[in-house]
Amino acid sequence: MSNVSDERSETVFDDFKPAYTPAQAKVEANRCLYCHDAPCVKACPTSINIPEFIRKIATENVRGSAKTIFDQNILGMSCARVCPVEVLCVGDCVFNEMGVPPIQIGKLQRYSTDRAFDEQWTYYEAGPDTGKSVALVGGGPASLAAAHQLRRLGHACTIYEKRPVLGGLNTTGVAPYKMKADRSVQEVKWLLSIGGIEVKTGVSVPDEVDFAALEKEHDAIFLGLGLGPDTILDMAGKELPGAQGAVEFIEGMKLEQLDLKDVKRVLVIGGGNTAIDAVREALGLGLPEVTMVYRGREEKMSGYLHEWDAAKQEGARAAWQTQPVGFEQQGGRITGVKCQKMDDDKKLIGGTEHVLPADLVLLAIGQSKLAHLVEGLEGIETKWGRVIVDEAGATGRAGYYAGGDCINGGKEVVNAAADGKRAAHAIHDYVMTKGGSDA
Amino acid sequence: MPDLTSNTAGIISPNPFWLASAPPANSGGQIMRAFDAGWGGAVWKTLGQPIQNVSSRFGAVRWRGHNGMGFNNIELITDRPLETNFREIAEVKKKYPKHAVIVSLMVETKEEWKDIIKRSVDTGADGLELNFGCPHGMCERGMGSAVGQEPKVNEEITSWAKEYSSIPVLVKLTPNVGDIVPHGLAAQAGGADGVSLINTIKSIIGVDIDNLVPEPRVDGKSTNGGYCGAAVRPIALHMCAALARDPRFNVPISGIGGVTNWRDAVEFILLGSSSVQVCTEVMLRGYRIVEDMIEGLETYMREKRFEKLDDMVGKAVPAYSEWGDLDMNYETVAKIDGDKCIGCQLCLVACHDGAHQCIHPAEDAKVRIPVVDESECVGCNLCQIVCPVPDCISMVEVDNGYVPASWNEAVAGTAKLRPKKGAH
Repeated sequence: MSNVSDERSETVFDDFKPAYTPAQAKVEANRCLYCHDAPCVKACPTSINIPEFIRKIATENVRGSAKTIFDQNILGMSCARVCPVEVLCVGDCVFNEMGVPPIQIGKLQRYSTDRAFDEQWTYYEAGPDTGKSVALVGGGPASLAAAHQLRRLGHACTIYEKRPVLGGLNTTGVAPYKMKADRSVQEVKWLLSIGGIEVKTGVSVPDEVDFAALEKEHDAIFLGLGLGPDTILDMAGKELPGAQGAVEFIEGMKLEQLDLKDVKRVLVIGGGNTAIDAVREALGLGLPEVTMVYRGREEKMSGYLHEWDAAKQEGARAAWQTQPVGFEQQGGRITGVKCQKMDDDKKLIGGTEHVLPADLVLLAIGQSKLAHLVEGLEGIETKWGRVIVDEAGATGRAGYYAGGDCINGGKEVVNAAADGKRAAHAIHDYVMTKGGSDA
Repeated sequence: MPDLTSNTAGIISPNPFWLASAPPANSGGQIMRAFDAGWGGAVWKTLGQPIQNVSSRFGAVRWRGHNGMGFNNIELITDRPLETNFREIAEVKKKYPKHAVIVSLMVETKEEWKDIIKRSVDTGADGLELNFGCPHGMCERGMGSAVGQEPKVNEEITSWAKEYSSIPVLVKLTPNVGDIVPHGLAAQAGGADGVSLINTIKSIIGVDIDNLVPEPRVDGKSTNGGYCGAAVRPIALHMCAALARDPRFNVPISGIGGVTNWRDAVEFILLGSSSVQVCTEVMLRGYRIVEDMIEGLETYMREKRFEKLDDMVGKAVPAYSEWGDLDMNYETVAKIDGDKCIGCQLCLVACHDGAHQCIHPAEDAKVRIPVVDESECVGCNLCQIVCPVPDCISMVEVDNGYVPASWNEAVAGTAKLRPKKGAH
């Protein structure tokens, strides 16, 4: 796996939530009530024992604190930074019931896990070799969490990733004021240090290695496919320079140095979290006028309100109830978007046509699904582009398991981590009992 | 991986963390859950003639937003039938053969001691703890601290127990005495295999000022109870160390009193405890606290390169000295790190009103970082104690050119003391 370049546009960003100093962490940790059967734990998709790891910060057992986190979620470092804690653990802190500021669980989790990385603490060893082998398709959080758990259970693992780097959206998509690409790569290396996880980057499944070949070589297959490219508005001029997918733009900013010197006005089309990220990132890169264009009202947008509030404080503009209907172009470049206002029933209102000028249009209206990659495999069910799995993460085809964005349509890193770990246990049961073939 | 195995007077447990004889160790079901959580041993809630308790039973010191800095109780020994307790002790021991189960006992007559000890030993328990410490309810009946406060009685009953017991006998001492040492020596003289201390301190936890009744309130009255919790730790540490450093005292100690986490436990072990017993923090937070205690102790031992628990027992005892042997020429002064200072000026007011008036406002009234007059600073630590910012105020050693000299040496005329500071 390769490292990321040092020359990346994202390096201009500071942390939106800065790291705690030891003094700050201790003050906050001592506020925690150490609830029993705590609501914060129930709100965590990976069920991290939050009161316990916080108590261990208070007693200065930070090594143990980080272990409590990693025991449940091996991606605890990145999740500490990227989790929408306001709607998960922090949102369910009992202090909210009291009208007292909730415990800053994400920042405390970052404190312990950063310390573990700084001190290079490692906790886990590979289990005794079982002779079984598992292929993981895709190198994002779901596959990484699955692979680590599978190694602890003693199975050989091979990750197939089409990009040159691992980490999935943690590396290529996380807002840089939460985590930068190099930190994600560090996490991947730390995780891989358990040993025995073979990494094949630059290999596309099924184009270069097909499933028949994987089935021949491995006892089970985990699908951590993630999502595909941005959905593009089907309007005339879509192929011209000046318009691109938001996810593609973010990936470029995180991995390369972008040339944005001629960009003054940016339109971000969409109302989800990718749209808000793109808005905040464009502002952070110094682009002077960034406007979100959303067809609904502000309160109906699907992006997190706390993220949008932050975007507004950073200077974001918005055009609500506004639908793009065509691109404006000049000299082979996109120069703006023709729009029409929409009513509350999302119907276009006649006579409201107008043009929003732009040097750059970012489309954040969703990412394509990748279930079609496996649709030819007998037994595997898909629905709305998602791979269907049971409670254990198993697909309808024996030996095939799946997790992360390809089964949920695009949720959080923490969901992918939970899916990966869950599937690892199911894979373990499968290869150790039901045969997993002796091939 | 360091070895946490604890050996207290022949009572072996996988780690030094025991539940103290108290409500968390009231029944087999509780103790088995505690062992599952990681506790290494448990001292069963004291057995004797079953009693009846009152309501309410507990009180707490609430201080600056903390609910249980100190705690007290007026609960007595077990109120459950003896047969039930003995049956459960045997069950626990059978299911958890590697954990330590110690039976706490408190009865009156020699015959009663003989009988209850035999029945206790028959359960397969690992040891006995004689409760000579309870300072409320039982002492008025001639038991508990009434025994622990009389060395002769203590020694005699201990010798009965030793006569009848085939398993190790610990004597649990009361802190409600002027000097703990004669009481520890009395237990030793009676043949005790070890002592555990401290039991609770006679106390009134507070007063209900609306109803004009002390707490905990039992209708219109209250009574003195036993004080415990984090606040009593310094008293317990002193009594533990006082015995540990006495050359005449040479049986193991099980430390008790205000242990809330691994750090507290390490303090007891360094001052001579082979095991530590916990009650109040479990009552306030549950058995689950032991996970951090085990991890924290392990990490500490690894960092300090102690391979086994015995290697660290008592390691701070030699440094517990008489005042007269302290080096009077050792000098420290306070240094304030201006980069870390947040300008609360708690150090300034503390020094001005509570110490030696050597911390002053900066000359520029807009600067809130105080200034230490090192020529007047006596190195008392008060400013460092009140400072809310870790490592902002440090007490820095001053090289004053004087060779070490104690008060005892100065009185004997064999050493020269540096001039006094701050004594105008």
